Amino acid sequence: MNIELKQPLRAAKSKLAIVDCDIHPRATLEDLRPYLSNHWWHYIQTYGLRPRHGHVKGYPFPKPTPLASRRDSWPPGGQPASDLDFTREQHLDFYGIEHGILNPLAPSGQGDQNADLSAALAFAINEWQTADWVRREPRLKASVVVPYEDAEASVKEIRRRAGDRDFAHVLLLSRTSEALGRRRYWPIFEAAVEAGLPVGVHVFGYSGWAMTGTGWPSFYLEEGVENATTTQTLIASMIMEGVFERYRDLKVVLIETGFGWLPALGWRLDKHWERMRDEVPHLKRPPSEYLREHFWVSTQPMEETDKPEQLIDVMKWIGFDRLLFASDYPHWDFDDPFVSLPPSLSEAQRRAVYADNARALYRLG
Amino acid sequence: MARHVVAPVGDIPAGECKLVSIAGRAIVVFNVGGEFFALNNRCPHRGGSLALGKLTGLVESPQPGEYCYSRRGEIIRCPWHAWEFDIRTGRSWCDPQRLRARQYAVSVEPGAKLVEGPYKAETFPVSVENDYVVVEA
Repeated sequence: MNIELKQPLRAAKSKLAIVDCDIHPRATLEDLRPYLSNHWWHYIQTYGLRPRHGHVKGYPFPKPTPLASRRDSWPPGGQPASDLDFTREQHLDFYGIEHGILNPLAPSGQGDQNADLSAALAFAINEWQTADWVRREPRLKASVVVPYEDAEASVKEIRRRAGDRDFAHVLLLSRTSEALGRRRYWPIFEAAVEAGLPVGVHVFGYSGWAMTGTGWPSFYLEEGVENATTTQTLIASMIMEGVFERYRDLKVVLIETGFGWLPALGWRLDKHWERMRDEVPHLKRPPSEYLREHFWVSTQPMEETDKPEQLIDVMKWIGFDRLLFASDYPHWDFDDPFVSLPPSLSEAQRRAVYADNARALYRLG
Repeated sequence: MARHVVAPVGDIPAGECKLVSIAGRAIVVFNVGGEFFALNNRCPHRGGSLALGKLTGLVESPQPGEYCYSRRGEIIRCPWHAWEFDIRTGRSWCDPQRLRARQYAVSVEPGAKLVEGPYKAETFPVSVENDYVVVEA
């Protein structure tokens, strides 16, 4: 295929500051080797990873594109978002991204059945993010990847990174092995609050359980929409279990969950609470108040409604101070910063969603 | 509208495409089994570069459990969100009325005719022995 054109940098056209809250850098196991002990390197070479789903060497669901990535995001000889210079050229410089939050997904050890390996890989991916990305590119911030099924090890990792401004938030995946509000996860929330870090929950992950209440769906398309129901479950669990009464400064960032369903969840929770408040007497306020106070939502994948005003109504319910622009670079369902938000948003709304909310939440200088 | 000579025929083999710039517009020219088609390169959904997409066919199904694959090499899938466009018409499969890539007329002309004009000056020499892809845009 011949390519002769190089598009001019679109950043030059835009005066809008952009903070991208969801960028997925991709490591290979070889990249992580410097940050793994000889024991764990030998273990991985000999026994390999032990995910909780049945497709150890692949995805439980086939993706629509290789590595679920934009077809134009492969640097020469490497995988998407594995190369900082290519990522700068195609994304950070191209769009004029002011800051980007890194959310590495795999391999990161999260959910591995070997608890100690899970912790070792989480440590390694955190070291790799800072050494290979953040310290070379000050626009980027890392995630504290934690082995979230092991709260004690997660707390250790959070405390190790506390106070390090290279890290923006603690990162979990949404499909945990128990509902996220359960007390086994509370030490993670406590450590995050102590460290002054929000807790980011990115969709996906495989807990070993089927992802729906009626088993494994047949198609990747179904997996994509299932993320909304998992996220509803974790929000309801965190609110109902009283997490936000216990940890009043806890901030949760929902990443790649979509948000069109959030108002309906709030309405339904409130309606039931009004009738069954005495089942959860530790809640002091309507559930939707906890929801709107403690949760931030990233924009991608943006709902694409025929009538933009419907989407704007939803955004108003959530609050324009709670929405964070995210591109999901380099994945196939990437949102282009310049064309994804409804064009009829006001200048103040655009500034809030594209940058101001993230700057305040993540204390970006 | 002017006619632009964009490439010698041999530069765009069957099953491939070429991205060209015509008066500041990015246009992708496809060779589908010897027939040439030209579309605006910017995906009308969210702006991905169609030239970097996957050249594919059409998967259809008369009923659950039956599949057929047709029109091999006549569908371009955007490299970003995988919207499918019919290279022959520019129309998207899922929303053909609203989402369509602008199409430009293409012809193949012998060099001998082009040398006489009236065609836009090009950056490569036109020889009378060759055939050329000409886009009207």
